Amino acid sequence: MFGAGGGTSSYKEIEETDLIIMWGSNARDAHPIFFQHALKGIHNGARMFAVDPRRTGTAEWADVWLGIDVGSDIALANAVGREIIEQGMANREFIDAATIGFDEYAACVDSYTLERAEAITRVPADAIRQLAHEYGSAETAQLCWTLGITEHHNGTDNVLALINLALLAGHVGRYGSGLVPIRGQNNVQGGGDMGALPNKFPGFQDVEDHETRVRFESVWGGPVPNKAGKHISLMHEAMDEGELRALFVLGENPLQSEADGKAMKRRLENLDFMVVQDIFLTATAELADVVLPAAGWGECEGTFTSSERRVQRVRKAIEPPGDAEGDVELLSRLARAMGHEWPTPSAEEAWDELRRLSPMHGGMSYSRLAESGGLQWPCPDDGHPGSIYLHARLWERPVGGAPAPFHVVEWVAPVDTLTEEFPMRLTTGRRLDSYNMGVQSGRYSSPRRIHGVLDLSPEDGASLGVADGQQVKVTSRRGSIEAPVRIERSLRPGLAFMAVHFPDDTDVNILTVDAWDPKSGTAEFKATAVRVEALS
Amino acid sequence: MDIRALLVQPTETERSAVDGVLGSADSGWTGGEFSGLDGHVAYGGQAARAQRHMLLPALHAVQDATGTVSKGALGYISERLTVPPAEAYGVATFYSLFHTGSGGKSVVHVCDDIVCARQGADMVLEQAERSSSEVELSPCLGQCDRAPAVMYQVAGQGYAPDAPVSPRGLGEIRFDDLSGPVIHQDRSELRLLRRIADVDPTSLDAYRKAGGYSGLRKATELGAEGTIAELEASRLRGRGGAAFPIGTKWRGLREAVGSKKYVIANGDESEPGTFKDRVLMEGDPFSVVEAMTIYGYATGADHGYIYVRGEYPTAERRLRGAIEQAYEAGLLGADVAAAGFGFDLEVRRGAGAYICGEETALFASIEGYRGEPRQKPPFPTQSGLFGKPTGINNIETLIAALEVLDIGAQTFAAIGTEQSTGSKLFCVSGDVARPGVFEVPLGTTLGDLLDLAGASEIGAVLMGGAAGSFVSEDLREMPLSFEGVREANTTLGSGAVVVFDRSTDFGPVLHRIARFFRDESCGQCVPCRIGTVRQEEALHRIRVGQTLGSMQDERKRLDDLATVMTDASICGLGQTAATAIQSAIRLGLAGVGQ
Repeated sequence: MFGAGGGTSSYKEIEETDLIIMWGSNARDAHPIFFQHALKGIHNGARMFAVDPRRTGTAEWADVWLGIDVGSDIALANAVGREIIEQGMANREFIDAATIGFDEYAACVDSYTLERAEAITRVPADAIRQLAHEYGSAETAQLCWTLGITEHHNGTDNVLALINLALLAGHVGRYGSGLVPIRGQNNVQGGGDMGALPNKFPGFQDVEDHETRVRFESVWGGPVPNKAGKHISLMHEAMDEGELRALFVLGENPLQSEADGKAMKRRLENLDFMVVQDIFLTATAELADVVLPAAGWGECEGTFTSSERRVQRVRKAIEPPGDAEGDVELLSRLARAMGHEWPTPSAEEAWDELRRLSPMHGGMSYSRLAESGGLQWPCPDDGHPGSIYLHARLWERPVGGAPAPFHVVEWVAPVDTLTEEFPMRLTTGRRLDSYNMGVQSGRYSSPRRIHGVLDLSPEDGASLGVADGQQVKVTSRRGSIEAPVRIERSLRPGLAFMAVHFPDDTDVNILTVDAWDPKSGTAEFKATAVRVEALS
Repeated sequence: MDIRALLVQPTETERSAVDGVLGSADSGWTGGEFSGLDGHVAYGGQAARAQRHMLLPALHAVQDATGTVSKGALGYISERLTVPPAEAYGVATFYSLFHTGSGGKSVVHVCDDIVCARQGADMVLEQAERSSSEVELSPCLGQCDRAPAVMYQVAGQGYAPDAPVSPRGLGEIRFDDLSGPVIHQDRSELRLLRRIADVDPTSLDAYRKAGGYSGLRKATELGAEGTIAELEASRLRGRGGAAFPIGTKWRGLREAVGSKKYVIANGDESEPGTFKDRVLMEGDPFSVVEAMTIYGYATGADHGYIYVRGEYPTAERRLRGAIEQAYEAGLLGADVAAAGFGFDLEVRRGAGAYICGEETALFASIEGYRGEPRQKPPFPTQSGLFGKPTGINNIETLIAALEVLDIGAQTFAAIGTEQSTGSKLFCVSGDVARPGVFEVPLGTTLGDLLDLAGASEIGAVLMGGAAGSFVSEDLREMPLSFEGVREANTTLGSGAVVVFDRSTDFGPVLHRIARFFRDESCGQCVPCRIGTVRQEEALHRIRVGQTLGSMQDERKRLDDLATVMTDASICGLGQTAATAIQSAIRLGLAGVGQ
């Protein structure tokens, strides 16, 4: 955000902040390590608001839970913004000095009265008002979100609606105040930092910027395409159209992790050639022409980068099993097989090349990383201590660099509408004991594991005449699956939930819609219209 | 919260017992009926968790109403207070007066502790076992002046101590108050006890007519600073066992940083052989309320608790009555006695745990947790109840502070010795003609005290209860002052003085003391948890003559355990769990050589 691809804050800040907003995040189950830091904040007296359709384990810790209807986040955020402005709680000094686009924003949110927001979100106006007043008046506040915000057809707009609130109240760029998209893996942040994005070089530098590209070409010793590549949803379209014929998949299991699973299977089967590089023989790998066995953590050298932008060393403890090799070794050998004279660099040599090219990593030598136990980017030179939080520049007067823009975003209902034929809203998420598609976590048993079940409210269970464990058929506009029912108090009538972890038992992505956000390429996993029928 | 609701529903009786303490549930998320609105909003968080301190009162309400804390009741309380059921269960099972499981029972608690054991407890136990009630052996019930004692716990009716009970047949269960204590001394010699069994303890008017609330008037005339200066000048030291100078403690709290402070009266008197605080709370409850009000005034604390031992229902009733009348008379509340300060006071009932007399364990208990002590520092005046600066004093200490204001520091300091000023209460029981509470100036000799109670043919005297030490009659000339007992390597402790005559077989006595500590150890730290078990095992082996190795080996083992428990336990319980037994060994009473 504001030109940097990472959360603005450190874990330490959420431990010391006054107000925590968890918006579309069940961190209690899905990000348990992060939530330990949030809990420290709560034990230190922080108040917490949880915005989530379900009353999750996270919401149980909240001072106020706002149980919005799925996909109504923008209506809620805009109403909060309107109330902050209306009550004179907007930070005018900050807005005037450090942002642009406020007037357009104010005009946009003006129609989002508390009453209208209540009608769209179904959350009582009082609770919305309380959220607005506390966020508007808190000394420090951390606004955190995850896939409940991003996995929508308008996920980027959802994020922008939240960023608007931070700008409005001046809750960014200060110690204790920030915007925190929580990462789902130890190194998702690192993946983005290293340029695993269709339009970015390492360090979030634009591939279409000529000067930048020239710099990379000179170090890499060859030409680099001057156009942004395709993000995942565009790749799907390109596969559908027969334009994309070969796929190299590293550490992903798209057959089971992408929305509309039936369509995905067809796409992968129609490819001319697919290579999968992974530490497990995933369902996707089963379809591959070539599988390259990769090394896991502890079997190779490198770095991880956490949600708080902290780069840490990870070291090799044992040799990879069998024929497996580290990613650097595999990629170098692949290059040589393609006729390029690539040596196999050590992890540190590869890292030092990155430091030359990515200014925000410039000061992070291996020796400094080892000494400090990790450094937070940006850390441009050897004397720089790393950055606890980002965007302090917005509080310099005059502001350092470009002002932060407000964005006009309007609420739009989910694509998959509820009708008489498909009257229930199905949403998806994770559980504490399992991870994503279960490729990693499914191999281990857990006393907490609940396999593929459809969670229903007690009221819906009663009206369908089903109890725990009874089979039901769940049908969306794209397909049907069968699953046993689990009655869950965290759901209200009309709202159903399935975890994504068990594609082999109950493949929820047979049901989900692959309507996707044109800005992020993320599909709308969170809002599916379904019909549930009891099976006798 | 990670609350996994128990699937058993509470009964109507259980629900209304809990609601009587907590008010009705306001949403489906807190144990009420689910409405459509509950699907879209819930409130809780810090405000709900701040109700955690209501856990013990809620458990008491259910236990009192039904004779147990059933799964359904536990689940309902957990939902109401957002406490995970497993944790609430951990609390309920920590305290001996709470029972868990289905089916409420009537229980008769038979005291078989060191005093009652020598007054026919075994015959009482036989009687009790023939009754329809469930029988539980109890540590000292604090009725040693009228041993043997039992306490009935009847579903729907509450608690009823009875003493003395006839060893030949238990009487009917009566829930009214027992008659007051017998005062053996001439009333003109008494200061701290002067209203006991003389002034109606249920009437504020009677208390005021007998001079009550002159201490508060004096305090407000002196001002907060002046009150503390007066206490410093009196050189009054705490009567709870640690003998800490009161003026210093109160000043520490007054000067502690923080807008919220608490004061606590420690009425969790559980030291075997000790009953003076019961006598004070039952017989002179208004003086406790008045002293607490002064404590709050002088230190800047606006909220006080009186933590009363669960086995003292009369004391609890009388204190609640006194507080109610004080509120009505404007002597508690937003503007106390129109003197420009506010003070609120409430009673909390313990639930059967000796350890809760330890100050930090008592904080945990009020906060709604298992009574496990905390590491010090931080000391309570920095971080005590709810993490706020807190002052805590024993009941007798508070009454003595009131006395300082009544008669003035100079007069007070003239009583007793140079280092131990004022008079002190002693609970003399066991093999004496006149068991009871005695008030004597500090410095009075042990022999004079024993003569007051009519002790003869003395085998040994246990000073300070189970956590104290045995002394022989040779110490008759020992002055009962802080410095006098220290010189003789013993303690005043809680003021318990238990006399054993020459016919005493000390084997069972020592074994009972060891069993007491094993039972009452909270289990938090290893030296105490393991040490108290090993100590009891050794004493059992010695008693039945099946030693592990020689008697010398057992002696060595007991000495080692004593060293480890004394040096390495977190709190006073473990640190003193071996002192009585070690003193008995030195006197040659333990059968392992001297």
